[in-house]
Amino acid sequence: MDYLTILQILDSTVRLATPLLLTCLAGLFSERAGIVDIGLEGKLLGAAFLAGAVAYVTGNIWLGTLAGIGASVLLSLLHGVASITFRGDQLISGVAINFLAAGLTVVIGQAWFKLGGRTPSLPREARFGDITLPFADQIADVPLIGPLYAELLSGHTALTYVALAAVPLSWWVLYRTRFGLRLRAVGENPGAVDTAGISVVKLRYQAILIAGVLCGLGGSFLASLAAGFVKDMSAGRGYIALAALIFAKWKPYPALGATLLFGLLEAIGNRYQSIKLGDITIPVQLMQALPYILTVVILAGFIGKAIPPRAGGQAYVKER
Amino acid sequence: MTLMQKFLGTAGALVLSAGAALAEPAVIYDLGGKFDKSFNESSYMGAQRWADETGEEFAEVELQSDAQREQFLRSFADKGMNPIVMAGFSFATALDIVAPDFPDTKFVIIDGVVDQPNVKSVIFSEQEGSYLVGVMAAMAATGDTVSFVGGMDIPSIHKFACGYAEGFKSVKPDGKVIVNMTGTTPTAWNDPVKGGELTKAQKADGSEVVFAAAGGTGIGVLQTAADEGMLAIGVDSNQNYMQPGTMLTSMVKRVDNVVYDAFTAGTDVEPGLIVLGLGEDGVSAAMDDYNADLVTPEMMAAVEDAKAKIIAGEIVVHDYTTDVSCPAY
Repeated sequence: MDYLTILQILDSTVRLATPLLLTCLAGLFSERAGIVDIGLEGKLLGAAFLAGAVAYVTGNIWLGTLAGIGASVLLSLLHGVASITFRGDQLISGVAINFLAAGLTVVIGQAWFKLGGRTPSLPREARFGDITLPFADQIADVPLIGPLYAELLSGHTALTYVALAAVPLSWWVLYRTRFGLRLRAVGENPGAVDTAGISVVKLRYQAILIAGVLCGLGGSFLASLAAGFVKDMSAGRGYIALAALIFAKWKPYPALGATLLFGLLEAIGNRYQSIKLGDITIPVQLMQALPYILTVVILAGFIGKAIPPRAGGQAYVKER
Repeated sequence: MTLMQKFLGTAGALVLSAGAALAEPAVIYDLGGKFDKSFNESSYMGAQRWADETGEEFAEVELQSDAQREQFLRSFADKGMNPIVMAGFSFATALDIVAPDFPDTKFVIIDGVVDQPNVKSVIFSEQEGSYLVGVMAAMAATGDTVSFVGGMDIPSIHKFACGYAEGFKSVKPDGKVIVNMTGTTPTAWNDPVKGGELTKAQKADGSEVVFAAAGGTGIGVLQTAADEGMLAIGVDSNQNYMQPGTMLTSMVKRVDNVVYDAFTAGTDVEPGLIVLGLGEDGVSAAMDDYNADLVTPEMMAAVEDAKAKIIAGEIVVHDYTTDVSCPAY
């Protein structure tokens, strides 16, 4: 394995981790405010569909992204109405959103484009172009650092950089602003927040709206990368992001680490479908299952105790 | 009066028998939907061709869920539709249950085998068509590496991969064929993002031509091949138009011909098992305006030569599903 191969795998890691990271941060905001968000998968799928469809119709991926965010926010609001306003079970509402998105995307897609639920392929100008960072070409020949900069850091789409920037931004919002403090408090002890005269309902809605926007970005990224929508194309990434969130113990920087780890495992699985270790060949099935095995291991609590926000999953009922 | 009655009676009987003889044929599309640019659309094209040529009508329905297979089969058979054509191996179980209940109705299943006296089963020798596109891939590649992206890791997809690898190695015996499967669950059919990543990884490993037999995942493969300047090979229906300029060819299964022939034969469809290979024009490597610039005369000659040898039996392409192993891997 030479240096360039490692860089290529890491490059692939970043691409695969981007939608996971955006979705994971979406879940972070939602769950930190006490709303369990198992509907991430559905929001990702709904966003990917509308982003792909609108980008195709308008020929502009930014309009597509706006539409994708719209779809995701709409599903978020549905989750909010069911679980915040009407105090329904958050898990059930989330699962319902997953089913709704899986069904609606195909039905609407079929009625719209008559392609069996697919959108037509996006032309190059209706997708995110690769952004070449300044001087990438000039220093590409510098040993070690050149390829690192040109191959790995440069040449990703805008949303990848947005996702990476969202990590410190999320940290700053959560830990350095009044809004962030209240958001975290509402997930731990909504009663206390309410006593202080701050609306729990409003805060929770704000949190799921942020989650909707982030998820919408993730879905749009998928649609752009695959040049269109294919039914069920989120392929379980919402659930993986949820697992990464637990792995990261609901914190932004660890979320970056967790999603990069999942991305890396998938990238390695893609590149080396079978690895030979001496006489033993690790079969491809094991490589492909690695992210899922890791998820199970993590969920079994091997990484230490992951303590969720205390009020997570509970609807807030004002005392009378 | 009696004469009149007799006359009327005969006319009535004639009308009845005419009605029975001219029973409407029907086609049931699988879950991918009628316009999936692949398998189902191909069956629709065949049915429509028959309708255009004969001026007759046919009944059709799109499945919305797995549970509807048996339901639609029964309702079509009840209405006297004959023959009833369905595309997809997933119909096999339902058809095996329904067929004995309607002994006078003829059923045609494509890609699956159902052993009933009123069922015609049509399967394709995908390995033979894949062999041809493998030959083309080998000649189009300047180096000695090509690749394959499959959908779900099942023997019927390895059947494509194995034929492709054999065809490639008949031209470049020391070359390398990277065979990747997207996954082991049905999500593997609908993950274009992963298909794209696999393609990028294959390119990094030196692959110049990629053959995708992966359903919706394949769309991502063809797209990435176009983005990365690789050549790509489509599958099932002619997908050359999807990425003009980088589509070397498509391994086409003539599902449309099967539907057309079944509709033409009407109630006289011969039950039994039919295997369609190169000799029967059941599979082929698609040539059209979109890939004309990529296909050299030498390539055409090599493909024709291989085709003739396979038909003559001089080359026997290995069928992966017979022993779940591939000599060319």
